[in-house]
Amino acid sequence: MKKILLLAFVALAVRAEVTVIRNATIMTEGAKGTVKGSILVRDGKIAEVGENVLVPEGATVIDANGQWVIPGIIDCHTHIAVDGNVNEGSVSVSSMVNIKDVINPEDIAIYRALAGGVTVGNVLHGSANAIGGQTIVIKMRWGKDADGLIFEGAKPGLKFALGENPKRSGSPQPGSNAPLRYPATRMGVEDTIREAFNEAVAYKAEWDKYAAAVSAGQHPVPPRKDLKLEALKEVLEGKRYVHAHCYRADEILMLIRIADDYGFKIRTFQHVMEGYKVAKEIAAHGAGASTFSDWFGFKMEVFDATAYNAAIMASKGVLVSVNSDSENGELMGRLNTEAAKAIKYGGMSRENALALVTLNPAKQLGVDDRVGSIEVGKDADLVIYDKDPLSEYAKAQKVLIDGHKYFDRDEDISGRAGREAEKQKLLEMEKQDQAQRRRGPQ
Amino acid sequence: MKPFSVCLAALALSASAIAADDAVLLRNADVYPVTAAEMKNASILIRDGKIAEIGEKIVVSKGMKTVDLKGVRVYPGMIDSGTNLGLTEIGSERVTNDTGEIGEFMPQLKALIAVNPDSATFGVTRVNGITSAMTYPGGGRGGGGGGRGGAAPQFIAGQAAMIHLSGWTWEEMEMVRGAAMQLSFPAIAGRGGRGGGGEEPEGGRGPAPFTEAKRNYDQQIQKINDFFDAARQYQKERTSNAPGFTKDLKMEAMIPVLEQKEPVAIFASQERSIRDAISFVDRQHVKAVIIEPRDLSKVAAELKAHNIPVILGRTEALSQDEDDPYDKEMTLPAEAYKAGVKFAFGTFSNEWSRNLPFNAARAVTFGLPYEEALKAVTINAAEIWGAASMTGSIEKGKWADLIVTDGDPLEVTTQIKAVYIKGKEVPLTNHQIDLYRRYMTRP
Repeated sequence: MKKILLLAFVALAVRAEVTVIRNATIMTEGAKGTVKGSILVRDGKIAEVGENVLVPEGATVIDANGQWVIPGIIDCHTHIAVDGNVNEGSVSVSSMVNIKDVINPEDIAIYRALAGGVTVGNVLHGSANAIGGQTIVIKMRWGKDADGLIFEGAKPGLKFALGENPKRSGSPQPGSNAPLRYPATRMGVEDTIREAFNEAVAYKAEWDKYAAAVSAGQHPVPPRKDLKLEALKEVLEGKRYVHAHCYRADEILMLIRIADDYGFKIRTFQHVMEGYKVAKEIAAHGAGASTFSDWFGFKMEVFDATAYNAAIMASKGVLVSVNSDSENGELMGRLNTEAAKAIKYGGMSRENALALVTLNPAKQLGVDDRVGSIEVGKDADLVIYDKDPLSEYAKAQKVLIDGHKYFDRDEDISGRAGREAEKQKLLEMEKQDQAQRRRGPQ
Repeated sequence: MKPFSVCLAALALSASAIAADDAVLLRNADVYPVTAAEMKNASILIRDGKIAEIGEKIVVSKGMKTVDLKGVRVYPGMIDSGTNLGLTEIGSERVTNDTGEIGEFMPQLKALIAVNPDSATFGVTRVNGITSAMTYPGGGRGGGGGGRGGAAPQFIAGQAAMIHLSGWTWEEMEMVRGAAMQLSFPAIAGRGGRGGGGEEPEGGRGPAPFTEAKRNYDQQIQKINDFFDAARQYQKERTSNAPGFTKDLKMEAMIPVLEQKEPVAIFASQERSIRDAISFVDRQHVKAVIIEPRDLSKVAAELKAHNIPVILGRTEALSQDEDDPYDKEMTLPAEAYKAGVKFAFGTFSNEWSRNLPFNAARAVTFGLPYEEALKAVTINAAEIWGAASMTGSIEKGKWADLIVTDGDPLEVTTQIKAVYIKGKEVPLTNHQIDLYRRYMTRP
């Protein structure tokens, strides 16, 4: 009897893996453009998209009732889900540290980003160091543990930082007791990165020599493993992306030339507010640009920031995305309208604007075979909006990741009273507990 | 004396006759006055910078400049009720920062006279349809000392001004010189994100024990009351010209506040601070506006009962408390509306001032009626800051602060086609647009 029941459960579970979202306006961001119709999801993957999709027996049907569906939003630059400080500020090259080690799956920012339609985020270190730490791509699978958040198969990265932030520790505010740390200028930032790659190239040569000897049947003593240089070696081998925080045109060009000299690629320039000044050079290098929609004026190096940056760079052949740089998930939760700003500033088409937060960041993170558009075979990471997602008046209603629903606005609202009651109960218990302790042992 | 004033009037008349040549007629537009119903195919006559007439049939006199606005809309220019525009250029660069003077009580300081009309932020902000703003002398979150931080807490930062976002000098930009006295109300620090603190931490580490923090908080409120009491005493001595009375600039600046001619803009965010601010207003008999009351929902009834308007911050925000619903900050305007509390919006950041309309729209997305959102960035702000006779709606006699749009002015994708400030068309350019044009031509 137990066995039969179990089997029945398994059968149900298998059937439940099929979901159909129907009666929707679908901005696919793929070859199909925007279509009215349905999406069939099977085993977490998009199985069919079109006007007439047959609903398999036993499928879960979500009637979008004329609402909009877009691919899950991808944030190419975030600091959410990080436990504690995002900077290992003691050294200027800290490529040995890894965000993967400090993922906090209970950060409420994950849920809040999810509630704004975000399904994937590139989690980076801060920008205190010329070479920061190792980065990781996550999916907003709220409720899973740290390992469960990690976007399996997504290539990891290494954060670089140029300009004011990495040189800040070399030029602290007057009156500060902080010790001076090299570098203090953009010249020093360039040198710091070159010195690191100078070392890394020698390190890689040692290991290459060792590998060659091993494959020649010899038994050499292996070189000493250096965790700092190991990450840089991976960059040289193309196994790890470089995501570089930058603002000014001069420093962008500087890093391109370092990469050229050492034979590696910059995958994305991050923030890159003066990217429009060197768009030609960025495009020629093959780097992507992940920028803010309309930030300006918050520091000197963004004095020449312009809200037209995304539009200019895109028109000059750069692969552009718009990111949040969010620590609490606030800006992350409205990246759809951040993308829409490219329509206002520079007249981008609707599809190209939405691509700034979907397909383009997927390409920049090398995961566009999995996510970024609504196309057959891709992960069913989908967001249902009540209105045009490029409007201020739209809000995410449901968010699916791998075909599973991780956010539902109606359920969020209907669950509020219960959660508040639970909180009050816990607070009351805590109060009684404290009162008990004050009274001392009975 | 009489003949002289007649003479002045005659002079004024002839001046306006000459200026009549500068009259501009905006024709065939869909006009949204905010304080009245939408008018299709209406015209607006601008004369001497003011709205001289609105209607369907306005006679065009010979030589009058006309602008055809068929197919587009005209709204009143928007008002940001919370900025440091003109006083701060780059927030993180101290030398470009003129907010937060040294001193606990500095009512004599005037934001207006430190407004740099050529601040790059003005151009960036007004092309998005914001034509006026409140600019404050302090950052709003305590801490005087010329932006140096770490100084003693600041209670009164000085007088906030309401300004037009265009003009050759700050005098030309002036709308209301002392539109409000900025007061930062104390708060009990250390309110944690996990359920609200209030208990003494064990082992003497972390934030100050609650009893200590509370004592400090009460002392600070006492200090503010003492200052107002002293000002009241000064006012009495001044009126009676008491022996030994000498003029004091600090105290002089308090007179309009005590006479309820100038409201106190009280920055109070937490429930306790807002409640105590209301008690303070009662005790001191001053006019008040509460700024950024994040815990508004818990005190809305009291605010309504005391007829105290509020300035709500950005809806592009999240609650600090992880237990709060994700949309708490977004639903705040709808809650204020339902409770009958009068409100306007402020962005409280120069960089985000241009996003004022989007914040208003977001309030609509989360439950605020659209008309109320529009009012909160126009007429409500004008009324709260004593500028309703000047701006905030399209009405005869007000400054022609107008924006021409191809759609809903609160929507992110809407293009602003023209901006008029005091009847003058403002060029739709700024540092960012100049760079755009220049770099698009880079070969």
